[in-house]
Amino acid sequence: MSSKAEILKKIKQNQPDFVTDLPDLEVLGSENPNVLETYKTVLKNIGGESVEVADYNEIIDFLKNNYALEKRIITTIPELAEVAALDWKNDDPHTLQNVELAIVKGHFGVAENSAIWVTDDILGQRVAPFIAQYLAIIVNKNDILPMMHQAYKRIGNLEYGFGTFIAGPSKTADIEQSLVLGAHGARGLIVFLLD
Amino acid sequence: MSSKKTIPHSEVATRFNKDVERVNWHDETLWFVREKRDKAAHQIPDWELLRETASQIKHNVLSNIHDYLIEFEENAQKNGITVHWAADAKEHNEIVHAIMAKHDVKQMVKSKSMLTEECHLNDYLAEKGIEVIDSDLGEFIVQLRKEPPSHIVLPAIHLKKEDVSETFHEHLGTEKGNFNPQYLTESARQTLRDTFLTRKVALTGVNFAVAETGEFVVCTNEGNADMGAHLADVHIACMGFEKLIPQRKHLGVFLRLLARSATGQPITTFSSHFKKPRDGQEMHIVIVDNGRSTQLGREDFRNSLKCIRCGACMNTCPVYRRSGGHSYHNAVAGPIGSILAPNLDMSKNADLPFASTLCGSCTNVCPVKIDIHDQLYKWRQVLVKEGHTPAAKTVAMKTMATVLANPTIFNLAGKSGRFMMKNVPAAVNNKMNKWYDQREMPAVPEESFREWYKKNSRESKAKDNEQ
Repeated sequence: MSSKAEILKKIKQNQPDFVTDLPDLEVLGSENPNVLETYKTVLKNIGGESVEVADYNEIIDFLKNNYALEKRIITTIPELAEVAALDWKNDDPHTLQNVELAIVKGHFGVAENSAIWVTDDILGQRVAPFIAQYLAIIVNKNDILPMMHQAYKRIGNLEYGFGTFIAGPSKTADIEQSLVLGAHGARGLIVFLLD
Repeated sequence: MSSKKTIPHSEVATRFNKDVERVNWHDETLWFVREKRDKAAHQIPDWELLRETASQIKHNVLSNIHDYLIEFEENAQKNGITVHWAADAKEHNEIVHAIMAKHDVKQMVKSKSMLTEECHLNDYLAEKGIEVIDSDLGEFIVQLRKEPPSHIVLPAIHLKKEDVSETFHEHLGTEKGNFNPQYLTESARQTLRDTFLTRKVALTGVNFAVAETGEFVVCTNEGNADMGAHLADVHIACMGFEKLIPQRKHLGVFLRLLARSATGQPITTFSSHFKKPRDGQEMHIVIVDNGRSTQLGREDFRNSLKCIRCGACMNTCPVYRRSGGHSYHNAVAGPIGSILAPNLDMSKNADLPFASTLCGSCTNVCPVKIDIHDQLYKWRQVLVKEGHTPAAKTVAMKTMATVLANPTIFNLAGKSGRFMMKNVPAAVNNKMNKWYDQREMPAVPEESFREWYKKNSRESKAKDNEQ
């Protein structure tokens, strides 16, 4: 007998006789916080930064004033072509190792933990938000949801190859519980909250 | 590792307790993490409902896991993922090695996976000439020191920054005496960046696997699982079969609980959903049993398979905090590890269910409401019955049972005990008496409660009044 058949047989023998019902998830997540304010507070607490902007021009101005534009900046957003490269999506992912800043669009944010949902179709490359030294994500203010329950409702059964919630910059506290930002992924995260 | 003789928990714990200052530090550091957990939990009005919901979802999983596994495999295969089944640790290791051999690759970068610790994968691959680098900072540190992780979430929690500095100076050439965590983390970042960029095979663990969609979720704060997986040609993900959940929407419940219970964060920095390999990449999932189906059949202990590996039970455990993770001689330490370990090897791990005060704090913080302290208590019964406990303990327990069952003997024993403690204290205050370890014996009362009660109870008072 194959291991698969053997494992499944043993499981069938040993699992409880009656299948218990799945609980109702609708009773969860009914609290209604001030989503935008909560989002900003939580993001700040976990080491990220938020900037409210009216349009893409304001984002470009902010980037010009705060980042060294001569370093490699990549994006998937055509409106940012003035400050960032768009022609890297089909490159070998290893060639992104010298990227200083990656700017991507997020589908939506979650107020309770400040996470932003991104999928490979808007990331350009899966490794992009991890390998860049710094990361910026743009999300519409109207797309901040209260909790994870609403987040998965929104995702529903959408198709993706890879998707991730990103909450703040990469971090570790593995040395004596001292928090250090910039473990292996981005050293800093800036979230542009777009009107 | 597995071939070495196991030293009992109490013995390693005694050694750990020799450095009082360090034990206090270890205790306080973990308690600090527990407090962060409390703060995070108290901010969620629905917290208790969330725990109950998570527990019920896992209950459903355990009662239907056969069908969920088949559903998961079908969907994962549709997504282009190759699914392997391993009955035990040996088969798991062989499967991983076969994938490496097929691609003729001698190096692997690995993110945190307690399952591969349980299976001793690193040792196995080393024997086959394959170098594994653990990329989680804590695991990287303990790997350089040739130690196992001492905690499932905080692998290097037993070390001080001075220890890490010394290790990095020796292996990475960092400045001697530079203890700055920022500096030390940065040096690991630089070293491991090169590792990520050059490895063809990346192995990750799995936090949750979704039957409905065939995807799996990996949670990290460092981004190391993603750095490895997205740059490698081959991604291998290893999971115990109990990691399954029915539907995608159930992730909403577990992702709200996991990081809050583990470190007090609202969520881990990255919660990555791997559904399909990227173009040109190969993706494998290894589903492992290794004793889990046996545990599923033990009615008293099957709930331990609900565990989502948050580590909250360790952070709160007064025994874990003052004995350290290494004293548990098992990949998963602490209260939950002490329930899982005897299932893997009863005689080798017979000491672990006794490494608890049964205070119940573990049960109170468990995000999936596993009755941890009850199961520890039940394991003790099983282990004594099956003869796995030391002879001295068995004799002592049997003697106690006789004494407690017979009022005359009980009375006599109490009297002679008090007499001895009063008149021959050396007979009690010596090394033979485990209760004398690190504490003074109490002052001897003049009479037992029974004697006092005889004099003072209502009936005896009434009798006195009649006279």
